[in-house]
Amino acid sequence: MFSHDRKRRPLGVALTALAMGAALVLTGCSAGNGGDGGGDEGGDGDNLAITFLPKNLGNPYFDTSNAGGEEAIEEFGGTFAEVGPSEASPTSQVSFIQTAAQQGVGGLVVSANDPEAICDALNEARDAGVKVVTFDSDTNPDCRDLFINQATAEGIAKSQVDLIAEQIGDAGQIAILSASANATNQNAWIELMEEDLAANHPNIELVETVYGDDDDQTSFDKTAALLQTYPELKGIISPTTVGIAAAARYLSTSEYKGKVALTGLGTPNQMREYVEDGTVTSFALWNPADLGYLAAYATKALIEGDITGEEGDSFDAGKLGEYEVGADGVVLLGDPFVFDADNIGDFDF
Amino acid sequence: MTATVRPPTAHPVTRAAGRVFKARETGILIALILVILVATVRNPSFLFSSDGFRDLLLTPSLLMLVAVGQAIVIITRNVDLSVGSILGLTAYLTGRLFIDVPGIPLIVVFLAGMGFGAILGLINGALVAFAKVPALVITLGTLYIYRGINVAWTGSDRINASDLPADFRGLGTGQLLGIPILTIIAAIVLVVAAWYLRNLRSGREFYAIGSDPAAAHLYGLRVTRRILTAFIVSGVLSGLAGVLYAARYGTVSSGAGTGWELQAIGAAVIGGVAISGGVGSVWGAAIGAYLLLTINRALPILGIEDFWQRAVVGALIIGAIVLDRLLALRQSRKLLEAREDAQ
Amino acid sequence: MTATASQTRAVRTYKAHSQPLWRRLLLTRETSVIALLVIVIAVALAVVPNFDSPLTVTYLLRDVAPILLIALPMTLIIITEEIDLSVASIVGLTSVMTGILTEAGWPFAAAGVTAILVGMVAGAINGFLITVVGLPSLAVTIGTLALFRGIAVGLLGTKAVTEFPEYWTDLAKDNIPGTPIPGIMVPFIVLAIAFGVLLHFTPFGRSLYAIGLNKEAAAFSGVDVGRTKFLLFLMSGTVSGFAGVYFTLLYSNARGDNATGMELSVIAAVLLGGVSIFGGRGALIGVIAGVLLIGTLGSALRLAGVTSDIINVITGVLLVLSVVSASFLAWLRRKRISAIGKKKGRSATSVDAP
Repeated sequence: MFSHDRKRRPLGVALTALAMGAALVLTGCSAGNGGDGGGDEGGDGDNLAITFLPKNLGNPYFDTSNAGGEEAIEEFGGTFAEVGPSEASPTSQVSFIQTAAQQGVGGLVVSANDPEAICDALNEARDAGVKVVTFDSDTNPDCRDLFINQATAEGIAKSQVDLIAEQIGDAGQIAILSASANATNQNAWIELMEEDLAANHPNIELVETVYGDDDDQTSFDKTAALLQTYPELKGIISPTTVGIAAAARYLSTSEYKGKVALTGLGTPNQMREYVEDGTVTSFALWNPADLGYLAAYATKALIEGDITGEEGDSFDAGKLGEYEVGADGVVLLGDPFVFDADNIGDFDF
Repeated sequence: MTATVRPPTAHPVTRAAGRVFKARETGILIALILVILVATVRNPSFLFSSDGFRDLLLTPSLLMLVAVGQAIVIITRNVDLSVGSILGLTAYLTGRLFIDVPGIPLIVVFLAGMGFGAILGLINGALVAFAKVPALVITLGTLYIYRGINVAWTGSDRINASDLPADFRGLGTGQLLGIPILTIIAAIVLVVAAWYLRNLRSGREFYAIGSDPAAAHLYGLRVTRRILTAFIVSGVLSGLAGVLYAARYGTVSSGAGTGWELQAIGAAVIGGVAISGGVGSVWGAAIGAYLLLTINRALPILGIEDFWQRAVVGALIIGAIVLDRLLALRQSRKLLEAREDAQ
Repeated sequence: MTATASQTRAVRTYKAHSQPLWRRLLLTRETSVIALLVIVIAVALAVVPNFDSPLTVTYLLRDVAPILLIALPMTLIIITEEIDLSVASIVGLTSVMTGILTEAGWPFAAAGVTAILVGMVAGAINGFLITVVGLPSLAVTIGTLALFRGIAVGLLGTKAVTEFPEYWTDLAKDNIPGTPIPGIMVPFIVLAIAFGVLLHFTPFGRSLYAIGLNKEAAAFSGVDVGRTKFLLFLMSGTVSGFAGVYFTLLYSNARGDNATGMELSVIAAVLLGGVSIFGGRGALIGVIAGVLLIGTLGSALRLAGVTSDIINVITGVLLVLSVVSASFLAWLRRKRISAIGKKKGRSATSVDAP
């Protein structure tokens, strides 16, 4: 039962090729009109449409930082948008960057899953006039205008090593439960942690680093596997809020609760239950809302031309005051903060 | 003129013992025990610590539920690719019910999850049975649709462990006489399904439909109804697995259950359920599920990075189907020889 | 006597075709997909802001290129009533091979060609298991999907290789000078023409339709079914390998789980493009239109701010509708023909009644 005839097929092919070609030509023809929709600076009103692109959606840490960014944007009268992939993989952010470039937004605030993979897409966005600011997890400095760092990497690494050393008596085996294997920020901190351990804590042995991919189920199962494989394990550091929450949940129902110390970077709301039942003694973080807030103000300053990302530039960041750009286009938020049973009730994020 | 071939007579006990030994299920059960033995020798806490024993029984029981449902569908010569999405949807529904309806009784949540899974399975089954479209395509489409609905409904939220009532979460970790509750639930389902497929006529009809759908139709079997039932059962079991997933992991994001359909099909195929239908049992699928996930946990203990787990699964699946094919060829050759000898 | 006989015998003429030309041209599945594509483009141009920028065409074609490439051999495979679910895993595997070899210092051209050869070997494994051992392709490719993906992930772990020579990444990404069309379209058009000619204008292509409609009849007609299918899976592996190298260059990223789930997009697009899952019917032009349709819909919806999950729902609905509608239309046609048959039967008996 053939419903196509070979003699007529080429005619059909020609017609459809013509139709598709016409469609594409129409697309190209109106290119002149549609191209300069956004990204103008100066003149009558800057484009203060800012899009936040975290590592992934559905992550409470980024929900808080996005909320901080939204608050800042509302203060200075811009438009806020948040987009993101559902899983934290290096290439999943690319299509969102491309869409932002096509939409001609004024600024894009990104936390990168990988330092290199989104570089080309970011540069194309910058060519289209979008200001690119990274926060929380950086990319290669060549692809972005500014990086808002929550604290110095050394400070973050040292605070976690100090916490675990204190909790296990400065001797024993520890492991690290990280996020995804490419994440710039985690890898930077882990490297510094290893240096700190080698230099200052010779009796602590780091047996393994496992990756939970910022996915709850994976982090949960990886914690279980760690405890199984290393019966002598004394402590776990998890420098990611998803990882530490999942690890705490597993630990609190396991026989190792109280015997294996757990610390890292966590949000107070997720960790409160485990601090109260004794699974976790103390952990660190900063205020992600402040981070998002600062990032939004930095982007605004870039869009309006107040700063260009050079070292020494300074800009106004609303309620946080004046901030100055450091070397390599890095803006520092502050120092990490340690949460424990005494102060965890005071926070709500 | 024509001689009839008599089946070989042997002592009933020998025959029964032979059947047990030659059964595929026995083979993979032995493989499972071997894996556990090797891992335990390397690291005794794999089996003997209370956490180890609990996790060994607990984690695969969710996959076992999904694999049992998948096996029933595969036996009818169909396939259900949407089970992972159904699991994710019902897991999120469970969380939402607990958040939006405070004080809701646990049994209502269970029934709601299973009912929702049944409806989703019914959609699959109706499209396959009435539109006569291959199940591969339909469930491929519903995999997209259900996952998309899940992500759209979840938005950027997630269900956190603190949103769920403590007694529900206790189900996920609690034990009865040393066996985790989730495993007991899954085992009960397994026994019921196995008994139904083996002992009830309507259960045997699944095998008939899978062996030769045209013959089953001509014979007067209600093919449409059985196919609908198979997909509904698969949906119900995936729904139940979704509710239990929420109990076990506590946190439900929009990606819950992604990839479970391939694990379930792999477990069924390794367990002896032939992809062309009509062969296999749910016991095999259950043991296959346990084997897959136990290998996953055993690899790090044996010093192999667990990145290689998927490769091991793939090799096992291919090995299983090659083995099936060789056995089928040998069987048909023996029958041909027996026929020629009799003449 | 004879004269009367020849007078009373009426000459029966038959029409060349059962349906007029316009129906044969315009009422095919392929035409409906192409029409749908044109409608979607028109609506998107009118309604979605920023859709008319040249960036849209560039991003769309760049992103959809791997699916376009793999859809070509997949069409041939589905026409013979087989299926290849392992294509995305072959993309991942070749991506990893490219990364590993580049990191080991090989010149990129050598690394790329070796990776494509790895893809060919993977396709050969599929073909061997399906044609020589005689296993069903669904089961085999589910197994190789897991196996190849597992090898890819096992080789690199969760690391990624991200350093690639700029010459090659630019080559993959740059547009044809003067147009917004990305350079990858050139090899794609060449391959599309090659596959089109192969499928529609050669005996090999006709034999594919024959195999899909009735394998035994094709074998008895002299078609070497085993060799043909082996070649198809070989082609699928090679083209997937090429798509893998392109994917790696496009994202400057070689990772074990690249392109996870792509096989579903390819199959959805192929089925949407009018190829029947039962084999024996389909045309390449419909498949290309199907891939572009899904890509354009996705691009337009993303620009309009719709989240990517709705796009997945729409893809799924389109897939289900296209297959169910094919079934429904076939049912309608059967009903119509049987109604005509009944009518003719009744009128014949009434004439013959004495």
